[in-house]
Parts: sequence; C-alpha cells; structure tokens
Amino acid sequence: MVTPTPKISVENLRLSYGHKEVLHGVSFAIAPNEILAVIGPAQSGKTSLLRCINRTVEFTPGAVMSGTVRVDGEDLMRMADVYGLRRRIGMVAPLPVGLPLTIYDNVAFAPRCAGLTAKAELDARVETCLRQAALWDEVKDRLDSLGTKLSGGQQQRLTIARALSHDPEILCLDEFSIAIDPVTTMRIEDVLQELRAHVTIVLVTNLTQQARRLADRTMFLWNGDIVEMADTDVIFGDTPRDRRTFDYVNGVFG
Amino acid sequence: MNPPTFTATPLVRRKLRQERLARAVLAGMVLAMVLPLAAIIAYLVVQGAPLISWSFLTQNPSNGMRAGGIWSALVGTIYLVVIALLVSAPVGVLCAVYLNEYARENWFTRLIHLAVVNLAGVPSIVHALFGLGAFVLFAGIGRSILAAALTLAIMTLPVVIASTKEALAAVPMSFREACWNVGASRWQTIWKVVLPNSISGILTGVILQVSRTAGETAPIMFTGAVFLKKIHDDTLFPYALTDQCMALSMHLYTVTTQVTNAPEALPYAIAVVLLGAVLLVNAAAILLRGLLRSRKKW
Repeated sequence: MVTPTPKISVENLRLSYGHKEVLHGVSFAIAPNEILAVIGPAQSGKTSLLRCINRTVEFTPGAVMSGTVRVDGEDLMRMADVYGLRRRIGMVAPLPVGLPLTIYDNVAFAPRCAGLTAKAELDARVETCLRQAALWDEVKDRLDSLGTKLSGGQQQRLTIARALSHDPEILCLDEFSIAIDPVTTMRIEDVLQELRAHVTIVLVTNLTQQARRLADRTMFLWNGDIVEMADTDVIFGDTPRDRRTFDYVNGVFG
Repeated sequence: MNPPTFTATPLVRRKLRQERLARAVLAGMVLAMVLPLAAIIAYLVVQGAPLISWSFLTQNPSNGMRAGGIWSALVGTIYLVVIALLVSAPVGVLCAVYLNEYARENWFTRLIHLAVVNLAGVPSIVHALFGLGAFVLFAGIGRSILAAALTLAIMTLPVVIASTKEALAAVPMSFREACWNVGASRWQTIWKVVLPNSISGILTGVILQVSRTAGETAPIMFTGAVFLKKIHDDTLFPYALTDQCMALSMHLYTVTTQVTNAPEALPYAIAVVLLGAVLLVNAAAILLRGLLRSRKKW
C-alpha cells in the first residue's frame, strides 16, 4: 500500500506538553488520495497528531515535538513557509468555529489571506466550498449575515467550507460530525468520497461505523501509541492482529 | 389521591427567603454606591451653579484668580489629556498586543507582566518625581506641557496595557486557531479577527484613563502646570508644547488652598467643569465604541 513517495510520512513522532508525553514515537505513512481513519478513545493523542501535521501545535506553550513528519517527502520542520504548508492542509476542528465575520468573509478569509482579491474568483470559490459543505442552499440568500449567528450544525459545515476554501491537498477532519444531523453527515461523507480524487484525507472519528464506511485504512491509536494500523476490513474484521483492536471496535473496551 | 403540586414545603420557603434576602442585599449595595455619587454631583452643581456661565468658561482668570473665568485652565487640561492619550494609547495597545499575541510565556515575560501590574499601582506622586527627573531635567525638555503630558502618559501606560491585555485575552482561542489552520499569519489573525473583536474592550480601558489623566494633580505639578497663566483666545492653538500651562485639577487645588478671599462657589464651579469635560470625552468615546460595534455587527 505504501508507495515510494507517501503523501504524509511520520517517523518516530514524539510530542509532549510540558512533562506529559502524549505521543510516544508513532510512525506511519499515508498514500496520496487515501482516506485514513484514526480511531481511539479520548486522550489517545488523535487531535495532537493532526496538530503536528499542520504545525499548529507550535502555538501551544510548552509543546515539544521530535521525530520527522514529511509532506510529499519534505521535512516539515525544515519548511521555511509554514503558512504555505497550512494552506496545503485543510483542518476541521471538532467544535464549530464560526469566525465573527459574515458567512461570505468566513469562507473568503483564507483565499484573501493568501492574496486573492478578484471579486469574481472569490465569489466562485465561496459558492463551490459552501456547496461542498452542503450549506449553500441554506445560506445563499444571506451570505452577508454573521457566521456566528448560524446554528451549531450550520457553523460546523461553515468550518468545513472554510477548510476547503484554500483548495487543500490534505484534509484533516477531527470529529467533524458531532454537531451535524445524520442526513447532512451522509451528504458530507458523499462529498468526501468525491474529494478523494484529488485530496488525501485524515479522518479522526469516534464513530467507528463512519471509519468503516469511508476509510481505506484505519489506525487504532491508544494512549499515544499505534496499536494497529491496517486495511479497514482487517481492523473491523474478526481477526485484527491485536486483541485490543477487536475489543475497541466491538465496544467491549474497558 | 395526589398531593397538590405546588405545596410550600419548608425547603421551598427557605429558598424563597434566601432569594428575597439576596436580592435585597445586592440592591442595597447598588444604592450604597449610587447615592453618595448622586449626592456628590448634586452638591457640586448646587454650590457651583451661581458662577457657571459661558463667560466663566471662556475668560481668563483675573484679579489674582478671584474673578474671571477658567479658560486657560480648561484649555490646558484638554492639551494635557489629548497629548498624554496620543502617546499612551497607541504605545500601550501595541505593547499589549505583543505581550498577549506574540511573546512566549517564560520568566522574562512574566517579569514584564509583574512590572506592568505593579507600575499600575504606583502612586501618582512617584510618577511625578520620575517625570521631573527624566523629562524635565535629564531630557532637558524643561517644565512644559510636553513634559507634563509625557509624565501623565507614563502614569496611564501600565493601566492601558493591563486592560488591553484583558480585552485581547477575552477573544476565544478557537478564533485564532481557526485562522492559523487556514494559513493566516499571526499578524493577519490579529488584524482581521482579534482586534475587531476586542476593540470595544480596548476602548473602554482607554476611556477610563481619560478621567484619570484629567483629574490627576501631582504628576503635572512638578512638570509643567503653573498657578496662573493667561492665554489669548484669538489663536487656534493658544499654548505651545514648550509652554507651561494651567490645568483644571491644579487650578482647583490652587484656589482652595493658596488663594485667600476667593468666592466660595469658585472651587465647586471648577469641579463641575472638570466633571463635565470628562463626561463629554467619555460620552464621545462611548459613542465611537457603539459605532464600531454596529459596523462589525457584533
């Protein structure tokens, strides 16, 4: 499965906040256009892992990261343009964050930060992203109202639209569906299936069924270590390599 | 048979009693604060009313400050407040932005934070001595409006920094993370999201310093305020920055303690004008704040 140049490759990644180590040297690789699901109980380091990939973990005081993370073979820590890196990665946080700007400005924020100013181009980008996030029909008549006034589920889809707005090569979704109803969740999952044609997706989820539906491979992360990472069929099958994986996906985990 | 739903059990009665008590005590506290304030203002206005008129505002003091108006003191106070704020507001706000948004948490920034908080509590007379030493003597500016305004600016700076930091810290971290996640730099995040959402809090902090600047006497006493100075009102800027000036707070001090046989209403009238001027500036700033808020549709 692992191709000569993986989209993301992680070697012996360790991360600690102060004296507490939350990732104990994990290594894995993600192929281009793959959907990788990351499952695991709370406090297992799933979110921290995503924050290492786009280097926003650096904003946390006391966070110390070691090991190497490569995107397209390029060492993350040696990249001069960290903003350019983050523009290649779309990140969706578990709790919806509507910036206190208009709906339009929320989505146009990233393209504008990257220097795009042409009105027509911005308009097209905003519409495409809102459609992909299954939000366009609900907000197309009030694009200039405040993003923070939307409902929780709408704000979450706004967050997804914003994560797509800078046309990322990698999309990291952290529990994107906790604030969204099942029907909309399915619509977004369909969009993810379409996006995989040109995007690599890392999907952190507590819904094991979601991982099963979408992912090519699944990683079971527990207490900062990878217990098992294999094809989704294997992880959810009757004979995963590790007993704990079987227990977790079947809900008998203590 | 079911018991009636709303029986006043002893527990319910006790809760209601507590509720009434809490309400009464809290309302009492508000009264205890509002009544003296209203009394002070009413007393000042009643006592000072006989003297207050347009000519009182627009004439220079005469007859050894026993007659005439307070024009030169009023203008002096405006000069001092405006110049002091022009220095302390931008420097203080930018300083707070750096401390809150850029600086890493380490022993050095904690030391700076400690220094800021402590400086905010230093008595104004100490700032006055610093201003005298640093601006008047060392920098060689001499006793002047500039030296006095700079001293006032130094005095208000730590408070502006502290209140601005509070306002910035009130902007949720998740807003910043959302911006960083899409590749915005720190400055883009600050300029487009953090500052627009904290501007009203920042302004509130700055507004509070207007009254403090206008009211302080000690810092300007040694550095640029004089007992008596007449100005000609036919020029747009009657004071030069290197001039010494009169100020309302200083004038109030002078006529109550240094001038014999001054009209009894004079100090009260000066106090009313000082209050009115501060109120006017505050009202303008609050209006500006409202305008900024409505434009942001916050």
